[in-house]
Amino acid sequence: MASGKEIRTQISSIQSTQKITSAMEMVAASKMRKAQDRMQVGKPYAQRIRSVVGHIANANPEYKHKFMLEREVKRVGFIIVSTDRGLCGGLNINLFKAAIKSMKEFDDQNIEIDLCLVGAKAAAFFNSYGGNVVAAIRDMGEEPTLADLIGGVKVMLDAFSDGNIDKLFLVGNEFVNTMTQNPTVQQLLPLQAEDDDSMKHHWDYVYEEDAEQLLEGLLTRYIESQVYQAVVENGACEQAARMLAMKNATDNAGDLIDNLQLVYNKARQAAITQELSEIVGGAAAIAS
Amino acid sequence: MAMTIHCDIASAEEAIFSGLAELVVATGELGELGVGYGHAPLLTNLIPGPVRVVKQGGEEEIYYVSGGYLEVQPGTISILADTAIRANDIDEAAAAEAQKEAEHALANQTGDFDYGRAAAQLAAAAAQLRTLQQIRKKMG
Repeated sequence: MASGKEIRTQISSIQSTQKITSAMEMVAASKMRKAQDRMQVGKPYAQRIRSVVGHIANANPEYKHKFMLEREVKRVGFIIVSTDRGLCGGLNINLFKAAIKSMKEFDDQNIEIDLCLVGAKAAAFFNSYGGNVVAAIRDMGEEPTLADLIGGVKVMLDAFSDGNIDKLFLVGNEFVNTMTQNPTVQQLLPLQAEDDDSMKHHWDYVYEEDAEQLLEGLLTRYIESQVYQAVVENGACEQAARMLAMKNATDNAGDLIDNLQLVYNKARQAAITQELSEIVGGAAAIAS
Repeated sequence: MAMTIHCDIASAEEAIFSGLAELVVATGELGELGVGYGHAPLLTNLIPGPVRVVKQGGEEEIYYVSGGYLEVQPGTISILADTAIRANDIDEAAAAEAQKEAEHALANQTGDFDYGRAAAQLAAAAAQLRTLQQIRKKMG
């Protein structure tokens, strides 16, 4: 049995770990609230632009942009949104599993894959797993801005425009609630028209200036806003997952300390009993 | 009272205005345009400039947008404002930056990833060392 002093050091080291994890839990809780606010604040734009793009897809424009046209698939692109930091439970791993699963479907058909990685964790993972990484975005911090994402998204959009990739997917975590985050894979390009019967009659916009340039810019904004929304949502997921992971760690440390305390008490009691019996034995030996 | 139309002004990072308006005046690429109730469906991009909203009842509010898009549908006006400064060469530079970052991420791995790999290598080395010591003991 380990000696009393050893157990005491072990207990105190677990206690300091517990202090750290419980502090991280509280920090994550307050950051989660902010991240959720950020997610809510961006929603109106994402919804508006989605409905505008839906209108465009349902309209009968004089000009069909290439982002709207389906074509034969020879190569696909994935934008994978992960976190920059770890210690957030299985959040990233579950996401990568979902990404790999849907990538495998293309792999089986001998369709090649290009990756755009957001977050340091995705870069680290696909570095060891393998994959053709064409763009990476890292270190966006707690408050990601749209400007951080423009570059990476542009690489993928250019690849689509040039015909290097024929489909573009977005992989990110969906924030259901504090306890649940679901990895989702969503097709960004080509655009999928929403079914809306009220819009089916023949109509078109009045385009002020050139329809081509206008749609190009607008659809780029649309994809960017989708990616931005995914990044912001992933931020909220990260904090929620971290909060939960740290809460579990704190609870586990508490259990560990309780068990060790029990062992320590038993060891101390055993030592006292032994000493007592030695004294009694010694006294008996002298007396006889 | 004048007929009103629903107007939303939003940017990717925040919602700016949402409500009923009698008239919305924005600066499009071809000049200022005013949109009221019953306007034809329209899509245009906006250049940096003020957006004037005449709210229901005649009160006016002015917002500044640094470019974006204006969509008119029967009954709603959506203004999608840009938050970032956009220009082709700036976007181009950002794209080059993202590509460089990809190469960088592959060339030197991030700290925590190195740690995981180093820990695995260390464990393997320690196991080899232990085996060597055992062999030496047997031989010795």
